[in-house]
Amino acid sequence: MNILYHCGKYFIFLTKVFGKPERGRVYLRQTIIEIEKIGLGSMPIVAIMSVFMGAVITIQTASSLSGGWIPMSTVGYATRESILLEFSPTIIALILAGKVGSNIASEIGTMRVTEQIDALDIMGINSAGYLVFPKIIAAVLINPFVIIVSMFLGVFGGWLAAYTSGILIPSVYIDGIQQQFIPFHVTYSLIKTLFFAFAITSVSAYHGYYVNGGALEVGAGSTKAVVYSSIVILILNYVLTQLLLI
Amino acid sequence: MIEVIGLHKEFEGRTVLNDINFTFETGKCNLVIGQSGSGKTVLLKCMVGLFQPDKGQVLYHGRDYHAMPEKDRKEVRKEIGMVFQGGALFDSQTVEENVMFPLTMFSKMSQEEKIERVNFCLKRVNLTNVNKLYPAEISGGMKKRVAIARAIALNPKYIFFDEPNSGLDPQTSIVIDDLIAEITHEYGITTVINTHDMNSVMQMGENIIFIYKGQQEWTGNSQSIVESENENLNNFVFASDLFKKMRQSLREKK
Repeated sequence: MNILYHCGKYFIFLTKVFGKPERGRVYLRQTIIEIEKIGLGSMPIVAIMSVFMGAVITIQTASSLSGGWIPMSTVGYATRESILLEFSPTIIALILAGKVGSNIASEIGTMRVTEQIDALDIMGINSAGYLVFPKIIAAVLINPFVIIVSMFLGVFGGWLAAYTSGILIPSVYIDGIQQQFIPFHVTYSLIKTLFFAFAITSVSAYHGYYVNGGALEVGAGSTKAVVYSSIVILILNYVLTQLLLI
Repeated sequence: MIEVIGLHKEFEGRTVLNDINFTFETGKCNLVIGQSGSGKTVLLKCMVGLFQPDKGQVLYHGRDYHAMPEKDRKEVRKEIGMVFQGGALFDSQTVEENVMFPLTMFSKMSQEEKIERVNFCLKRVNLTNVNKLYPAEISGGMKKRVAIARAIALNPKYIFFDEPNSGLDPQTSIVIDDLIAEITHEYGITTVINTHDMNSVMQMGENIIFIYKGQQEWTGNSQSIVESENENLNNFVFASDLFKKMRQSLREKK
């Protein structure tokens, strides 16, 4: 019953979020600010994670295949597929659920407990729309670019590992990443990214918007935002994979 | 003028407000007084539409606020300003942006006109050279004044103050009270002030409603409060020895 209650409340919340904006220009300006916060603000962590994960996938795959009958170029192929299909869209989305999701929930939650949201409502402003709509649009617009950068850096990390560790000849790795490339896999990843971006921002905003109490509740709301947006990402990942790849 | 008729509000079966009937007059400082937990804030929130009353009406110049369609309610909201207990300034915006916010959302002013209006409002609340500061960089009293400046930016017909003196020293409280009274009389605004500060009651109380345990216990003004024999009111207003002596001396003078 509790899940049904929250699902219903979440969809009612979304109807408020996508209500008619009072002043479109203000929403546009907010969206640009959010693109910088959500997208560019997340780039350093995404870059670091992508390079190191690409490097680790390459070393692990190469060490498993060394001495066997499978050609070593498969390392490049496996690294590329792992990064394109799963690491960049899904694992980075989970990282962003932690970073961006907790930030959104605590920001909106604090505005709730300090009566800033009440102030917006009394002015006649659709507070859910003003606060959340730009965040959702910003994330849906910028996250595909973040994920594309992550894909490049992940594959580059694999090359860097091959080059520096000597576990694999870099040119063989380059050969591998060009094998059996299916462009639709990039499309599939970007479709997943759009859904994940929507889930991270809307679920986190929901948990922040309905905080009731003080600092303790803001913290609890922030934790719930990360947990539930991660769960939603995992469920969506399964459903979308089944729909798009089978 | 705001009329509250038969207002009733319950939370999970617990009655918080019961049959409140009161007229908040235009151009006067209308005070809602009562102990903590008596229902003052709930009354204010019902009046501004943050809570839906279970029964009763709130009429803004005859317009039933809770019965009107959302579109009309939004129009009435543009005529309302509210100053919250903590100011409720937007942390991510400077003082100037905070005061400019309602103008940006609801007026068709040019940027120059908006800046001119912001400077006028800030000057009206005796604040200068704070435009580019963030709320975290100014004092509690200044935050209250910025909140008042934001509330008057759109020339509202009604302003609500939720405990405007809480957390302020007595001197700053008097400055804020004077400012509220000045703005009310100067612009002919219907001001509703929710307070339990006795200095404010004696200084500004032109029209007072005393709420006791969710019931409307007494109505009057700062003069009639001294003569009242209502036990609950006297226990609340003249709780301290200082105020008891003051009442005694005022009665003797008469």
